Amino acid sequence: MDFMAILGDSLQQALGPTAIIYCLAAIGLNVHFGYTGLLNFGQAGFMMIAGYSIASAVTVFSTSLWLGVLVGLILTVVLALLLGVPTLRLRADYLAIVTIAAAEIIRQTISAAKFSGTFGGQDGVTDFISGFRAANPYSTSLDLGVVEWSAYDTWVMTVGWTMVVLSCVVVWLLMRSPWGRVLKSIREDEDAVRSLGKNVYAYKMQSLVIGGMFGALAGFAVALRSAAVGPSFFATDVTFFAYTVLLIGGAARVFGPVAGAIVFWFLITGLGTFFSQATRSELIPPAIMDTQQASLMRFIFLGLGLMLLMIYRPQGIFGDRRELAIDAR
Amino acid sequence: MPADVTTTPGGTPATTVDISAARAALKDVDREPGAAKPDPIVIADNIVRQFGGLTAVDVEHVEVQRGVITALIGPNGAGKTTFFNVLTGFDRPNEGTWSFNGNGLNKVPAYKVSRMGMVRTFQLTKVLSKLTVIENMRVGATGQKGENLLSAMFAPLWRQQETDNTAKADDLLERFLLIKKREDFAGSLSGGQRKLLEMARALMADPELVMLDEPMAGVNPALKQSLLGHVKSLRDEGRTVLFVEHDMDMVRDISDWVIVMAQGQIVAEGPPHTVMGDQRVIDAYLGSHHDQDLSEDVEEEILAAAQAEIEAEHADDVTVEPDQDAEQEDHRG
Repeated sequence: MDFMAILGDSLQQALGPTAIIYCLAAIGLNVHFGYTGLLNFGQAGFMMIAGYSIASAVTVFSTSLWLGVLVGLILTVVLALLLGVPTLRLRADYLAIVTIAAAEIIRQTISAAKFSGTFGGQDGVTDFISGFRAANPYSTSLDLGVVEWSAYDTWVMTVGWTMVVLSCVVVWLLMRSPWGRVLKSIREDEDAVRSLGKNVYAYKMQSLVIGGMFGALAGFAVALRSAAVGPSFFATDVTFFAYTVLLIGGAARVFGPVAGAIVFWFLITGLGTFFSQATRSELIPPAIMDTQQASLMRFIFLGLGLMLLMIYRPQGIFGDRRELAIDAR
Repeated sequence: MPADVTTTPGGTPATTVDISAARAALKDVDREPGAAKPDPIVIADNIVRQFGGLTAVDVEHVEVQRGVITALIGPNGAGKTTFFNVLTGFDRPNEGTWSFNGNGLNKVPAYKVSRMGMVRTFQLTKVLSKLTVIENMRVGATGQKGENLLSAMFAPLWRQQETDNTAKADDLLERFLLIKKREDFAGSLSGGQRKLLEMARALMADPELVMLDEPMAGVNPALKQSLLGHVKSLRDEGRTVLFVEHDMDMVRDISDWVIVMAQGQIVAEGPPHTVMGDQRVIDAYLGSHHDQDLSEDVEEEILAAAQAEIEAEHADDVTVEPDQDAEQEDHRG
C-alpha cells in the first residue's frame, strides 16, 4: 500500500485541469441554482457548444482559437436565450426538463453520423490545439515531490485557474451589488420581487445567460485539457458531478465551487487509487472484490458521502447554518 | 435632491390630497354598488375572471376614492383576493378594463403596475427568508442603478444611492419597530413581524396606492392594534389604501369606505356604519335565511323549489328559466 502514491494521485486531480473544469461548470450552476434558484440540468450542453466551437474554429474554419472562444461565448448566449424564452415564465421545473433534454439533443446531434465529416461523430475533434501548445511558456514539468504535472498540464492549469479566479471575482462583484440582491430575492420569492417593481423575467434571463457563459469557460477548459473534444466528455453525468461539486462547497457562496471541486476530485481519485491498490496487492481478497469491481467502489462511496453530507452538513463547506434553520420552519 | 429619488409616475406620495376633504367628499356619494366617486384613483369596469366553469369575479363597475382607506370585504370565497390579483396585474381577467390614475392597466405586467405607484402585499406574507431584514428593505427601493447588470459590477456607480436607500430603510424600520431585527434573517421573524416588514418594504417604493391583502390575518390582537395604527398612518401621510379583509370589526375601526363582495359581485358600498346594517351584506355573510327557523313548512318549500329546478333542467329544450322560479320561491320563503 503506497500512501504517497494515493496522496499524489489525489492532489494531481484535485488541483489539476479536471478539477478546473468542474469548478467552472459549478460556478455557472452557482449563479443559476445557488443565487437565482434556476434548475439548469443542462450545463453539459453549454459546455459542449463552447468546446466544439473552439475545436471547429481551427479544424473546420482554420481560424484562431480566439475566434473560437468568441463564437463559443456567443453561441452559449444564444442557447441560453433559446432555453429561457419559453420556460422562464413558467415554474422552475420546466426549465429543468427543457435543459436536460436540450443538452442531450445537442450531444446526439453533434455526434450524429451525418455530421461525422465535420465533428468526427463519436470520435470527436482533435488536432486543433497546436496554437495553444506553441504558446506554452513552460518547458519542464512542475514537480512538487509528491505530485507532478507535465509542462502542458501546468500551462492548462495556469490558464484554467486564472479563469477560475477571474470568474470568482466577477461573481463576487455581481452578487454583492443590488443586481445580485434581486437574484437572491427571486430565489426566495418571485412574486414578492414582482410586487416590488422588478422585471423578474429579465433578471432570470440575465442569470441564465451569465451562468451559461461560465459553463462555456468550462467547455473551453475541456477542449484545452484533453486537446480534443468528444461527445462522451459532455454526457449528462458531467452536469450532475458539477451539482455535486456545488453542493459540497456550498451553494450561493463565491468560493463554494472552488472548494467543492478540489474536495470532490481529491476524494474520488483517492478512493479510486486506494481500492485499485488494495485489490491488486490482495489486501482485499479477490473473493470479495476484483480489480474491475474496485474501480466502481469510488462511486458507491461518492453516493454514500453525498447522503452523509446532505444529512449532517446540507449547507456545504461554506454554507451558513443559520440559513438552514429557516428552511426548517 | 439626488437624482436617484424615484421617478415613477406618482412615485412621491400625493401629499396634495387633502384627507379631510377626500373623506368629506365621500359623504355625498351614493350608497349603491358601483357608485361614482368624486376623485377615483382606481376604476374597474366589467371585470370577469373565470376558473373553468366557476366565475370567481364578476364586477360591473367600481371606483376607489383617492386619499382614503377603502376596505374590500366579503365572506370567504367572495373573490376578493382574485379581484385584488387582477387589479395588481398578478392575474389576468377573462374580460374587462381597469385603470390606475387614468392609465389603462390591461396587459400591463405586475412589475410595471408596481412601478406606476400601486404596490401590494400578500395574504400569505412573502418575506425573502434568506435575506436579512435590511436587505429585504433595500430590495423594495425603486430606480436603483445597481440593479442594472452593466453597472452592477462597478460599486462607485451605485454606492451613494445605496447609502440613501439604507437611510430610508432604517427610518422605516424604526417606524415599524423592526430596527432591532435589522441584521436578522427575515425568515426568523414572527408572523406579525413579517406583516410589518412586508408593509415597510412596500413603502420603500413610495407608493401612491398601497394594496394590503388581509393585513390582519393570523396576527395576535395586540399586534393588530399596532397594525391598524400603521395602516392609518399610511393614509395620514397622503397615500391611498385599499385593503382586503373579512374581519368586520377591523374594518369598522379604520376604513372610510367599504366595498362588499359576495360570490364575485359587488353587493354593497358605503361608509362602514351604514354598510354593516345593510340587508344585502348581512345576507352575504350569514345567508338569506339566517334569521328564520327552519320549520317543516320552509323545508318543504325549499325542497319544492329544488324539485322544480331539477324538472326545469330536464326540460331544458323548453326555454324555461329555472333560476327565476327558484329565486321567487326563495323570496316567498
